[in-house]
Amino acid sequence: MSIDRRDFFKVISAGAITAATASSVFAREKKNLAPDAVGILYDATLCIGCKLCEVGCKEYNDMPTEQTSLVDDLNVPMIWDNGDDLTSKTMNKIKLYRNGDASVKDRATNGYAFIKRACMHCVDPDCVSACPVTALDKDPITGVVTYDAKACIGCRYCQVACPFNVPKFEWDDPFPKIVKCQMCDHVQESGGMPGCCYYCPTGASLYGRVEDLMAEAHKRIELAEGSKYDYQVKSLDNDETAQRTVQKYVNYVYGEKETGGTQYMILSAVPFHDLGLPNLPDKSAAGKSETLQHTIYKGLIAPGALLAGLLVAAYRGSKSHHESEEGRS
Amino acid sequence: MSENKALGGKIFTKPFIILAILAGIAGILLIKRFIFGLGAVTNLSDGYPWGMWIVYDVLVGTALGCGGYVLAILVYIFNKGKYHPLVRPAVLTSVFGYTLAGFSIFVDVGRYWQLYNIFLPWHVNLNSIMFEVAFCVATYVLVLWIEISPAFLEKFNKTKALGFMNKILFIFIAIGVLLPTMHQSTLGTLMVIAGNKLSGLWQTGWLPLLFLISSIMMGYAIVVFESLYSSIGFKRPFETPILGKLGKLMAWLGLIFIAVRFGDLIWRGQLGLIFTDGWANSTMFIIENLLFIVPMVMLFSEKNRKSTKSLFLIAVAILLAGAVYRFDAFLVGFDPGQGWHYWPSASELLITIGIVAIEIMAYLAFIKWLPILPNIKHTTS
Repeated sequence: MSIDRRDFFKVISAGAITAATASSVFAREKKNLAPDAVGILYDATLCIGCKLCEVGCKEYNDMPTEQTSLVDDLNVPMIWDNGDDLTSKTMNKIKLYRNGDASVKDRATNGYAFIKRACMHCVDPDCVSACPVTALDKDPITGVVTYDAKACIGCRYCQVACPFNVPKFEWDDPFPKIVKCQMCDHVQESGGMPGCCYYCPTGASLYGRVEDLMAEAHKRIELAEGSKYDYQVKSLDNDETAQRTVQKYVNYVYGEKETGGTQYMILSAVPFHDLGLPNLPDKSAAGKSETLQHTIYKGLIAPGALLAGLLVAAYRGSKSHHESEEGRS
Repeated sequence: MSENKALGGKIFTKPFIILAILAGIAGILLIKRFIFGLGAVTNLSDGYPWGMWIVYDVLVGTALGCGGYVLAILVYIFNKGKYHPLVRPAVLTSVFGYTLAGFSIFVDVGRYWQLYNIFLPWHVNLNSIMFEVAFCVATYVLVLWIEISPAFLEKFNKTKALGFMNKILFIFIAIGVLLPTMHQSTLGTLMVIAGNKLSGLWQTGWLPLLFLISSIMMGYAIVVFESLYSSIGFKRPFETPILGKLGKLMAWLGLIFIAVRFGDLIWRGQLGLIFTDGWANSTMFIIENLLFIVPMVMLFSEKNRKSTKSLFLIAVAILLAGAVYRFDAFLVGFDPGQGWHYWPSASELLITIGIVAIEIMAYLAFIKWLPILPNIKHTTS
């Protein structure tokens, strides 16, 4: 088909501006950890699977119990210990890894281990980037990823975005919310610590500044297997310790690099992938998505130029159309 | 002298009543959804938070609604006046495609009573791909109703208002081209943040371009489909020569799509995934791409472009191609892990069918009532 050369040129030049802006790639800067960001170090070798952290989580956040056949059939109230994954009623979950005869703790073959799952509080959270109405937000000081139901429209893009599948949605509620761990933000405000860390009897969940926790994690990895070590309990500011025999750690802190780093970090003797933690790149998907979007829409230059071109073309186009129509009639 | 004419005739025909029954069923299920929550009618889960409604009603539905957009490009931007008679029916399909996509979003989001937060500056997150999509789609729905308003003004003989509208309409035509260019591409960008959860066969930084090209192709295909369908259905003369010319454009767009699609797979070294990514992904990838390639090859032959039957089949294939591509990129290729899986529930399907029924009913009623379809004298001259 023959398209008038001048008109074609008009549109192509608008398109060229778009392409030119798009090619000057504007890579979004990597997000850095806030200096006083707080987090949790979970040491799977210390976890005894007692699930007191789950009790603490429910109590601190006033969360309902899971509704299961035990509650329905036997009328046993207050069952907190059931379900096998995070749900819209459970923001913190201890899961069991089991292999072969499961005879020895913290061993990959013929062994078992525990793993605590909750929000990872990413340094560069995909959910925060995804949320259209800033219902999910990252506290600039503590780095906690918070949720505000008053802003949320329930689009569930955060669920699509989260590489850990953490945000949960209240599917059976006509007025649903997104539910996820907010590191007991409301308790931290008054100087307290997250419920899971406060309740943990062994120090498997340890609260503190992320930088300090990371240093502690690397120190533990360097400890000699079989030696004794006084593990701190509840928080790094706490003098309370519990002496335990050091296990052979995997030489890696999960969360140091994953998706740009997380404020919930994990140590384990069993490979992380076996515990169900995903292998993730060092950079967040949010960085890619925002780079792409802001490259195309940088300063709204490209859409603006396109609109200007379109206005001129549409004005001429509709004018000549009406003239030709009037000429005919 | 007018280009478009109301078709007239009875609105409450037998097909119309059947469609109304389907819409009624959906209505009852919607009441259930609003009383008991999304879990009561859908198979959606925390692993698959988006399903049939988002992928069909919103993604495919708005791409099917691209007819008005692509014809506006041709008629007003490239000044191809001969396509003008096709504009109004295409804009009308766009009006309903987009309005009902908007309605589907209202049904799908959990906290619909707070949807207006999207427009409140202190809530808006400019980094969010969803914000761009939501804002653009909502605005475009408004623009489309403005674009179709001359049909109402003609119907009610508001000559003065019509004259004014025709003077300023070019502004809305320009915006009406800009907005779909923006959101049809951004709909693809939505999945970039899903990262590893989306198979390497679909996950790419070129998603926006691929979504944009395929939406334009679907826009042209729907124009061809509709024109031929209403020619048969309402015993009107075929507009094959004009449609054949559109065909060549579609062929080139198809070629660009396939070049970008495979070029990207090769560049990323993911071509091998076609055979190693599980049977569902492999099968769907092959079906999807055959649906793009076969019609494209056919459209390069002049014989096919002159045949009404071939054009019809090609248009259907392109519509399917775009639809399958969208299902693949959002559902088939999406795997959140942890054993999650998704298949739409009967209620979900019935609600989607009901919404499509409303679209068709509204279209049928409007073309009979308002000057929408090309005036036959004009098109045959």
